[in-house]
Amino acid sequence: MKGGQAGWAFVAPALAVIGLFFLVPTMAALALSLTDFDIYALADLRNLRFVGFRNYAELLANPLFWQALGNTLYFVVVGVPISIAVSLAAALLLESRLARFRSFFRTALFAPVVTTLVAVAVIWRYLLHTHYGLLNYALGALGVSPVDWLGDPHWAMPAIILFAVWKNFGYNMLIFVAGLQTIPEDLYEAARMDGASALRRFWHVTLPALAPVLLLVSLLTVAGYLQLFAEPYVMTQGGPQQSTVSVLYFMFEQGFKWWNLGTASAVAFLLFVMILAVTLIQLAVARRRGAL
Amino acid sequence: MTARPPRRALLAQIGAATLAGCAPARKDGVVLKFWAMGREGEVVQTLMPAFERANPGIRVDVQQLPWSAAHAKLLTGFAGGSLPDVCEVGNTWLPEFAALRALEPLDALVAGSRVVRAADDFPGIWRTNIVDGVLCGAPWYVDTRLLFYRRDLLAKAGFPVAPTTWAQWMAAMQAVKGLAGSSGYPALLPLNEFEPLLTLALQQDDPLLRDGGGRGNFRSAGFRRALAFYGEVFRRGLAPLESSTQIGNLYDEFDRGSFAFYVTGPWNLGEFRRRLPAARQDIWMTAPMPGPAGPGAGIAGGSSLAVFRGSRDKAAAWRLVEYLSQSQVQSRFSALTGDLSPRRDAWSAPPLAGDVKAAAFRDQLERVKPTPQVPEWERIATEMQLVAEQMVHGRLSVDQAAAEIDRRADRLLEKRRWMLARRAGATP
Amino acid sequence: MKRWPATLLVNGLLVVAAGFALLPLLWMLSVSFMRPGEADSFPPPLIPSAPTLAAYRTLFTQHGMGRYFVNSLLLASAATGLSLIFNVAAGYAFAKLRFAGRDRAFQLLLVVLVIPGQVAMIPLFLMLKTMGLVNNFGGVLAPAAAGVFGIFLVRQYALSIPDELLEAARVDGAGEFRIFRSIVLPILLPIMVTLATFTFLGTWNDFMWPLIVLNDERLYTLPVALASLSREHVQDSELMMAGAVVTVFPVLLLFVVLQRYYVQGLLAGSVKG
Repeated sequence: MKGGQAGWAFVAPALAVIGLFFLVPTMAALALSLTDFDIYALADLRNLRFVGFRNYAELLANPLFWQALGNTLYFVVVGVPISIAVSLAAALLLESRLARFRSFFRTALFAPVVTTLVAVAVIWRYLLHTHYGLLNYALGALGVSPVDWLGDPHWAMPAIILFAVWKNFGYNMLIFVAGLQTIPEDLYEAARMDGASALRRFWHVTLPALAPVLLLVSLLTVAGYLQLFAEPYVMTQGGPQQSTVSVLYFMFEQGFKWWNLGTASAVAFLLFVMILAVTLIQLAVARRRGAL
Repeated sequence: MTARPPRRALLAQIGAATLAGCAPARKDGVVLKFWAMGREGEVVQTLMPAFERANPGIRVDVQQLPWSAAHAKLLTGFAGGSLPDVCEVGNTWLPEFAALRALEPLDALVAGSRVVRAADDFPGIWRTNIVDGVLCGAPWYVDTRLLFYRRDLLAKAGFPVAPTTWAQWMAAMQAVKGLAGSSGYPALLPLNEFEPLLTLALQQDDPLLRDGGGRGNFRSAGFRRALAFYGEVFRRGLAPLESSTQIGNLYDEFDRGSFAFYVTGPWNLGEFRRRLPAARQDIWMTAPMPGPAGPGAGIAGGSSLAVFRGSRDKAAAWRLVEYLSQSQVQSRFSALTGDLSPRRDAWSAPPLAGDVKAAAFRDQLERVKPTPQVPEWERIATEMQLVAEQMVHGRLSVDQAAAEIDRRADRLLEKRRWMLARRAGATP
Repeated sequence: MKRWPATLLVNGLLVVAAGFALLPLLWMLSVSFMRPGEADSFPPPLIPSAPTLAAYRTLFTQHGMGRYFVNSLLLASAATGLSLIFNVAAGYAFAKLRFAGRDRAFQLLLVVLVIPGQVAMIPLFLMLKTMGLVNNFGGVLAPAAAGVFGIFLVRQYALSIPDELLEAARVDGAGEFRIFRSIVLPILLPIMVTLATFTFLGTWNDFMWPLIVLNDERLYTLPVALASLSREHVQDSELMMAGAVVTVFPVLLLFVVLQRYYVQGLLAGSVKG
């Protein structure tokens, strides 16, 4: 029993921190989302009322919430596949037997991942500038007329996706590299013997072998991309015409700009439910494949 | 009610005594935290050395907040107990911070002040600082929306002077539209801004909210008149169905004659001067908003200086407010920022005195009216504009739109009604 | 020899990809050395005509960048220290010590891993407010002290410690804490470096939570200060780029030095996401 006491002594501090600063507030968030906590309640707690699911009902009737949801899904549905495709392509290049200076290239391609999001979002705001931005300059050389990337409601989200792909592709790339390294070389040899082209080898050997990793990576990326916030906060402030307001950005505005904490908590919970759904799918699929 | 004036006078004495007695005696020094937004926050730092010289022992620590983050920052500061001593507060935000009981009432201090006095300021602006009968802020600079117009085009259309009534304005817009070779629209009332419609609505006698701010009053005859006029401008094709972000370079378009009237605010005085070529400066002019019959009211906007209740040295904080309200300091501030002063006497000195293009603002400021002083107002105004936008797109009639705005306002005011009812129940 | 075109293609594409990844960072570096206003011209200049430190000087003398840098450094270091203390002990215990309720507690942690951090933010803010931890570094550090990811990372690694080693020490009469200190910690050193790197980078780069908790300008971290600066000084490209360099450079350097450990953590973390 001595070991038992020691065990608890080792885990108790960490569990206490997680419980106090994460579990308790999470429960509280659920409770808060059933109240009308607002600035009046902030001034005086007697102004707090229990409202049941009214916050949720009002959210579902709020066009801006739907727009935020739509924008976020746009970001996920377009951004995730592009992101993963770029990651996979980069990983294949790095793992190609023909590649030179691998460690240099690996570090270079991964560098954007470790950079500070706010700082690089600031950089990209200049790269995307309509008049002085390098991107429009480069496009101009190809005969494309200047695009008002962050000022045009149709282009703001694509611009943010481009930025997010740049920032994140290195992460999944490394996971793919690790996955590629586990594919036995003789599978490729056998395919080569059969006279399969590089494309066919990719299609029939690499992709099937990589499928579990690919699935895991896509679900992780979806969960991450659903939490879009800092990019619009720094680059567009939700504009133009609310075309880049994401669910989390909406929550931040509701919570910390207008101090509608009840509504904001309800938003946070709806986001949680979405992420939970994605994760449950992930677990179910992984279990079926015997990965867990 | 009758007990009020003596009590206030007593408080004034205490306030004055505090000022006279304590502040100069301090040796070790006070650090005042002062938050100001945007350009003002940057410029005001240059005014601080003079204040610190005149008030030895007080040091001012100015923190500049970006406008877009200011509201969040102030509320977080309130929740976290980290508000500054003195702060610039947009005067539409005052009711909100008053509801939080975050603002120090200034009545007593003003009563003892020779600098900050109601009589020196434009009355409408002063009134925006009184919430539920309590003075919560001292006006710092003002903002109101009025007409920027193309003098040359108007003259060509047969209007040598700017219109002063709605009927004249409508006729002038029609005439400009009829000018040979006119391609654009006579007026620009950006659909994403609630201020043009709000200005028209404030020109009516009916208040915008009723029942002590518990319900919308948008079905009143007055508001429907304003809404009908606003809708008519679009229906006749006198203004484009566009928001300001859809218009590429506004100043180029104005220069090109794409529109002849633009309802906007004082910051555009500087922008028009900067962005239109020097040779084209006499084509534009400003005029007070036309009203239903003669020059009408305008929105009493702008920013005030407020002292937070949590300030540990309110006497020193008030000194800073007084300093910034002095007319010479106000003139200097206007010169540095282009902001308009709430003090009449600052308008009789440069840079405002000699400015022909600012004169219309001076004129209109005498008639400005505060918007309803409830914390929910900004959200109500936003909803009002969203419904009005649907109306001008032909999806709603004037009456339907008015009813819809009332419905939305009532929903936003639900909590307030509940609190008003409870308060009424508590004090029978 | 017929491999030539393919080799060229693969390496050519790698160069293009590296260009895509690095150009924004190189451009940032280049612009930060330009004269004020130089970057806002057409065509956009790539190299400063006469390199100058003017932007950095303005940044440190007028915008207090030194203070933000120290804040970030202090916070990231303190968070790293706390995270090591709390997570390593817990991770080891979950892997190697037997105690009642261990598996149940661990399963609970796995569930917690699924909850996005933003859900807890609002009540956490109100809680910290009553604890007097809003608008000071405590409010940033307290929730960062322990994390499920960190415990998980250490546990996975600690599973490989042979039980015989621990049993032998116990037979010799060593207490659990001594075993932890003198036998376990040295073995866990590599994963501790991994955890430290992760925590340091994570805290340094964190934005939303410090933005909410730290209200006083003097407490800002680099990302919060930079975001605030960028809303007021959009037009000063050189200044903003110098700010970005100061923010990004330390973490890039740390990553290049500790790359091996970082990648290890990344793979361990995502295999079991």
